[in-house]
Amino acid sequence: MNLHEYQAKQLFAEYNMPVPKNVVIKHRNDVAAALVKLDCDRWVVKAQVHAGGRGKAGGVKIVSDRDAVADAVNELLGSQLVTYQTDQHGQPVSSVLIEAPCEIDRELYLGMVVDRGLGKIVVMASTEGGMEIEKVANETPDKILKTAIDPLVGLQPYQCRKLAFGLGLSPAQVKQFSVLLSGLSRLFQDKDLSLVEINPLVVTASGDLLCLDGKINIDDNALYRHAELKALHDPSQEDERELKAKEWDLNYIALSGEIACMVNGAGLAMATMDLIKLHGGNPANFLDVGGTATKERVIEAFKIILSDSNVKGILVNIFGGIVRCDLIAEGIIGAVEEVHVSVPVVVRLQGNQAEKGFELLNGSKLKVTAVKNLEDAAKQIIGLIGEAA
Amino acid sequence: MSVLVDKNTKVICQGLTGKQGMFHTEQAIAYGTKMVAGVTPGKGGQQQLGLGIFNTVEDAVKETGATATVIYVPAPFCKDAIFEAVDAGIELIIAITEGIPVQDMLEANIAVRQSGARLIGPNCPGIITPGECKIGIMPGDIHKAGKIGIVSRSGTLTYEAVNQTTIIGYGQSTCIGIGGDPLPGTSFIDCLELFENDGQTEAILMVGEIGGTAEEAAADYIRDYVSKPVAAYIAGVTAPKGKRMGHAGAIIAGGKGSAKEKFEALETAGVTITDSPAQMGEAVKSLFVDQAKSA
Repeated sequence: MNLHEYQAKQLFAEYNMPVPKNVVIKHRNDVAAALVKLDCDRWVVKAQVHAGGRGKAGGVKIVSDRDAVADAVNELLGSQLVTYQTDQHGQPVSSVLIEAPCEIDRELYLGMVVDRGLGKIVVMASTEGGMEIEKVANETPDKILKTAIDPLVGLQPYQCRKLAFGLGLSPAQVKQFSVLLSGLSRLFQDKDLSLVEINPLVVTASGDLLCLDGKINIDDNALYRHAELKALHDPSQEDERELKAKEWDLNYIALSGEIACMVNGAGLAMATMDLIKLHGGNPANFLDVGGTATKERVIEAFKIILSDSNVKGILVNIFGGIVRCDLIAEGIIGAVEEVHVSVPVVVRLQGNQAEKGFELLNGSKLKVTAVKNLEDAAKQIIGLIGEAA
Repeated sequence: MSVLVDKNTKVICQGLTGKQGMFHTEQAIAYGTKMVAGVTPGKGGQQQLGLGIFNTVEDAVKETGATATVIYVPAPFCKDAIFEAVDAGIELIIAITEGIPVQDMLEANIAVRQSGARLIGPNCPGIITPGECKIGIMPGDIHKAGKIGIVSRSGTLTYEAVNQTTIIGYGQSTCIGIGGDPLPGTSFIDCLELFENDGQTEAILMVGEIGGTAEEAAADYIRDYVSKPVAAYIAGVTAPKGKRMGHAGAIIAGGKGSAKEKFEALETAGVTITDSPAQMGEAVKSLFVDQAKSA
């Protein structure tokens, strides 16, 4: 689960990390009250969306009078912000952060992530703040300083100092950095984060460290033990169909192709998408119905698939291990009848009770093509779409 | 011979009295697995499926001499279950449970490594030596005792691989599902080493997917240490960046983990790759044709 910048900064503040004075507002009428709290002569107004690249996309405005703050808020709030990280529709702006500005001397980068290869949490720091860190990692990897945290003993003070000296900080700043990083590492472990980035972490003109931006990703599997974080979820930032699918415990990800797929198991679902592509089609989605596909869930899955107007055909691929193919077939028949499916449907059944499943599908008089072979299934659906076009 | 489990492996089940534990233990017994006990705290002394239930893993091990455990307990309690198994001296721990927090696995993996035990999973279908021992949720009937060692990060895609190697008549020595999480207890490399040293295994089929760099590491290992022929398929060529494709570990993040890079690394290491999940069996077949030619 991703957090907004303002939510990340609230967590930073809880862990004694320095953030600019700020107020988040969700209604236009709240600007005046916000300005009372932020008594300065310039303000930074920042759109809150789950996407990077806001500055270049016009989502961050620096203004120097009170009316201009209201104008900036009016412009951003309720708009869709399109950045290089979003699709062409952009992300809705439902909250705006107003901040006190600061004079920047240097821009640094500080991040933490679970390193899968090492099996440890790794801290990354760089003098190349403000840039995309992946670009820095590719082009100048020596400019990224790293230190791995032993999960049993946690971050040690020497590790903070090592990074701070590596960043070229002054002795007073090294102390500030150590406090900041130990706060960040406690935050990471306490709240089950899977990624945190402060980009940029700035050194101000007065020589102090300040977290100017904040990006946090929380391990979804750990949300059960963090009700306070779960409450920060902003569904407006997610795809509507993906949210609907979650309600039914279906794993759905929208793509831009024309052949929808419904598969049991995540690996097989990806493989099915790949097979469609390999034979000249384009997958419209990833959809894993999981190990307990009931008739109701198959019907819901069809509804979600068909709410995408690009879909010209459906490929169902079920490898019945524990799941019984005959039950899946019943679900498909029910779904095709209830949802009035008008596009071609190819169903591939293999494994547990597959023969029974075929009997049901073939006896149903529905326009469903049932096949046993995986390759045939992909070829058939692509052929049927070609005929219909 | 086979790897890790055979007909003599004594297995207990942590979480046997739950719905999942019960169903799959019954299936395992029917397959012929030497299930010897169950563990559910507070239900010690009861009997289920003809097996004694113990309060602790330690009691179960003392009473039965079990060396392997399969864990079906819910995710919030799984780290504890792994620690308990390690403490009781279990050698092989198979965690089927999905949805364990990553930071729990950081700690669990350390405990497992320090003790010298082996953890398979979590979020995996388990391990099977066809005709001898099935530990996990895979359907037994698609397997056939044979000469291909299979290692995979997936569930149903593994069954697809198994089925294809059964259809071509080669069968499997042992199949290991290492699981779809970002921090698996057992890696591709661990399994490659086991298969390389196993007399029954003549060739290896590796099924990977997007996310992380485990396949790239495996490619390096194959180039340097594996003499047996290896075929591989990687799922997720069409997966978009930054989206978690069902499995917690299946995500192209930070510019790393794409299928293309993995295919390239494996091919460079001399692995026979196939870009079609429907051709995994054929790819394995070609390993033996190539061998015959070069012989």
